[in-house]
Amino acid sequence: MSLSVILLVLLALAVVGYVLGRSRALGSAGGDMQKLHSLPSYYGWNAALMVLIPSLLVLVVWLIVQPIVIHNQVASMISEASIEKSSLDLVMSDVKRVADGLDAAVEAGAMTADQASSIRTEFTDVRDRLGDVGVALGSDVNSETLRAAQRYREIASTGALLRLIVVVGFGLAGLAFAYMRSHRDFRARNVVERVVRWILLSAASIAILTTLGIVLSLIFNTIEFFRVYPAADFFFGLTWSPSFGGGSELGIVPLIWATLYISFIALSVAVPVGLFAAIYLSEYAGPHVRSFAKPMLEVLAGIPTIVYGLFALLTVGPLLVDAFGGGGLFGVDWMQGASSVLTAGFVMGIMLIPFVSSLSDDIINAVPQAMRDGSLGLGATHSETVKQVILPAALPGIVGAILLAASRAIGETMIVVLGAGAAARLSLNPLEAMTTVTAKIVSQLTGDADFASPEALVAFALGMTLFVVTLLLNIAALYIVRKYREQYE
Amino acid sequence: MTDATLGSPLAGPARKKSSLLAVDALTKKRNASEARFKAYGVSAVVIGLLFLVALLWAILSNGLGAFSQTFIQVPVKLDKGAIEAAEKSIVKTSKYRAIINTGFRAELGRAGIDTGMDDRGLQKMMSSGAAATLREFVLANPDQIGRTVTFEFVASSRVDGYLKGRVKREDLINDKNLDAAHLDLIDAMRKADIVTKTFNWQFVLGTDASDSRPEQAGMGASMVGSFFMMLVVLMLSLPIGVAASIYLEEFAPQNWLTDLIEVNISNLAAVPSIVFGILGLAVFIQFAHLPQSAPLVGGLVLTLMTLPTIIISTRASLKAVPPSIRDAALGVGASKMQSIFHHVLPLAMPGILTGTIIGLAQALGETAPLLLIGMVGFIASNFPEGVGDGFLAPNSAMPAQIYEWAKRADPAFYERAWGGIIILLVFLMAMNILAIVLRRRFERRW
Repeated sequence: MSLSVILLVLLALAVVGYVLGRSRALGSAGGDMQKLHSLPSYYGWNAALMVLIPSLLVLVVWLIVQPIVIHNQVASMISEASIEKSSLDLVMSDVKRVADGLDAAVEAGAMTADQASSIRTEFTDVRDRLGDVGVALGSDVNSETLRAAQRYREIASTGALLRLIVVVGFGLAGLAFAYMRSHRDFRARNVVERVVRWILLSAASIAILTTLGIVLSLIFNTIEFFRVYPAADFFFGLTWSPSFGGGSELGIVPLIWATLYISFIALSVAVPVGLFAAIYLSEYAGPHVRSFAKPMLEVLAGIPTIVYGLFALLTVGPLLVDAFGGGGLFGVDWMQGASSVLTAGFVMGIMLIPFVSSLSDDIINAVPQAMRDGSLGLGATHSETVKQVILPAALPGIVGAILLAASRAIGETMIVVLGAGAAARLSLNPLEAMTTVTAKIVSQLTGDADFASPEALVAFALGMTLFVVTLLLNIAALYIVRKYREQYE
Repeated sequence: MTDATLGSPLAGPARKKSSLLAVDALTKKRNASEARFKAYGVSAVVIGLLFLVALLWAILSNGLGAFSQTFIQVPVKLDKGAIEAAEKSIVKTSKYRAIINTGFRAELGRAGIDTGMDDRGLQKMMSSGAAATLREFVLANPDQIGRTVTFEFVASSRVDGYLKGRVKREDLINDKNLDAAHLDLIDAMRKADIVTKTFNWQFVLGTDASDSRPEQAGMGASMVGSFFMMLVVLMLSLPIGVAASIYLEEFAPQNWLTDLIEVNISNLAAVPSIVFGILGLAVFIQFAHLPQSAPLVGGLVLTLMTLPTIIISTRASLKAVPPSIRDAALGVGASKMQSIFHHVLPLAMPGILTGTIIGLAQALGETAPLLLIGMVGFIASNFPEGVGDGFLAPNSAMPAQIYEWAKRADPAFYERAWGGIIILLVFLMAMNILAIVLRRRFERRW
């Protein structure tokens, strides 16, 4: 019985519950709404929630537990010999494929359900039969796998049936319970509101769950990685040369170097331009210029990063090659390909301009007017006021803004994937292609590597490093900004 | 105080007199520095705007070409015998190619163009998908067999590029697929009106094509993928975001749990998007075994990413509803829950919707997390069949499709990538304008 059917049944029960709960409550008051404790619809909602919430909770738990139970049951059928030959995970995924194949065969009508649970490898070529219905298997099916697959299907179908009975049973029980309680003295509104409040709380807790999910998925895989690859080599290794055949050297230092280098270039484009733009717009510009230039600059922030990536790869990169490449404008041969640290850094700087400028703008505007007036009244020029009064007062906030921009630069992916290159290098030349932490996360996880190999697992360790670094930067920045805001409030 | 006495006008050397009418050196210096400082500010703004113009110019100049496409008009005689023979053969398309070639030669002969080219050379003029186009037409319209039908076949990407000025004669030395004879032929054909350039609907509505057929690649399938993803994001992030904001803004007591939630939301807003991709890969694909490349998974990941944005803007608009509304509702006997759901929430709705649309626009352009859950690396050559398939069948998304094209070797795909960006930006602009209009029209000032 598929999931959607269960959900539909529950929904129907909830509707029935709503109608029944409401009418019974009204009936107990003799049809006079004023004798009820709550509005009639609350009795209906009470019944509907009583149907849905317990049964859906059970369903979720079931969906999590059932695969684990099946896995354990079936795994016990597999002999030591075949585990030694490959690994339990591989055998189990074979079993699952065969079981899915049998399901597909039954669905396509190539086998009856009886046949599917009784065929033996000794009599039929299962791989051929499954191939006929479009299920391709990598290797021949041995009898042990087939038995396990059949057992898998058995447990799965019993499980599905049990699931339907239990979940719908909970729904019915909830319905009955709510129906019995629907009486004119029952405080339905209070109950419903309490439940709704819990629902609101759980929606708010999704933020915690997300963070937890990020941390757990990073930690488990990182620990797994450090089990197959020494942590010291990872953090202090100077070469990055993954090879999927084994014997990779996975040192993070060149990646960190390129990440910081690109971020540095990006910030040295974004900070002066963004800061001066913010000063001009908040201190000098008239309302007309401001109302035109500020939204225009913010358009830069709304453009997706993939656009900047393409801009780097196809426009800025070739322009730089024309200037610095062999036979180029300056007659020097410093640049081979379009992707380089400078390409990525420069374009990332453009992307960060509105980020720096709008944050600094807020901060400069938060400096009290009295400080400006005082400085101007003493005879300082406008620029002297900005340089000697406003900027020192706003400095902590601006530092916070720059830290936030740095965290953005370090975590930026698409621009470096397209613009920075693929080879890891430790070099000072900004016209050379290098690669960053984020770019390597993408390339290690989109390749064909097996998830258990160090070459794929390293991406989680890289992700963990990235997460920790950006988290620290963000916390520092938020702390500084908040501290600063309080100062003038 | 000794300094003060020493520096007094009586005891010290005579102070230089200055006039208000003549500008002295120091004032000049200070004024110059003032002017300089202002110039820095102006140039910073101008540089920022110039970058914007350069970006838009690069997008438009490179991408507009993708919206027109060269077609070659060829009347093909759909001979019954030839088609039956082709259907029986194992390599059906090559037989259909031969049919097209015959028609093409006849058409060139009619226009008085002498090609002097063999079939293989002639084939390079047209997309390698031309035979499939013909076959699909024949299978769909069996009643047309025996007649002569004029087809508009998609020209190959290099012919297209030559007519758009992307491929130049001097590039031919490095190109194995085309030589000068081809270009002469194109010029002659253009004079004879055999080639036409029309708006490229296939690019906007069609599906992606394999590496060798850039001229047939389109955004349609990935648009559908993005649409289903946005549907998931909207259906999940709006209710969850609103519920979370109501709790935090109206009900949350001052305790450690509330603090924890607040800290988490502000941190999640700044977590790099690639980390959300890792989360999606580990939790939704490795742990929950949801299908790879499915818009459902993409939508779930993007939901988690946009939730902080939506929560922050929703809380701002809830906060903007004046307390007098709440007090009035409570005063006439509503419960706290009723006052919020019946009065505060409807009044805050325009602000909430504006924030949601802006969050959706952000999600629509996001690429990095989609790379990790497998929405690149395959060719989205089919439209999903039905709604369930739309959520669960592997598909691409607009930004992922653009990335995919940018990675391919053939420069003809770059034009498609830029064109794809134009489509993406049009969607983003439409969403942002909608948000602005909503805000202008429904925003209330209290």
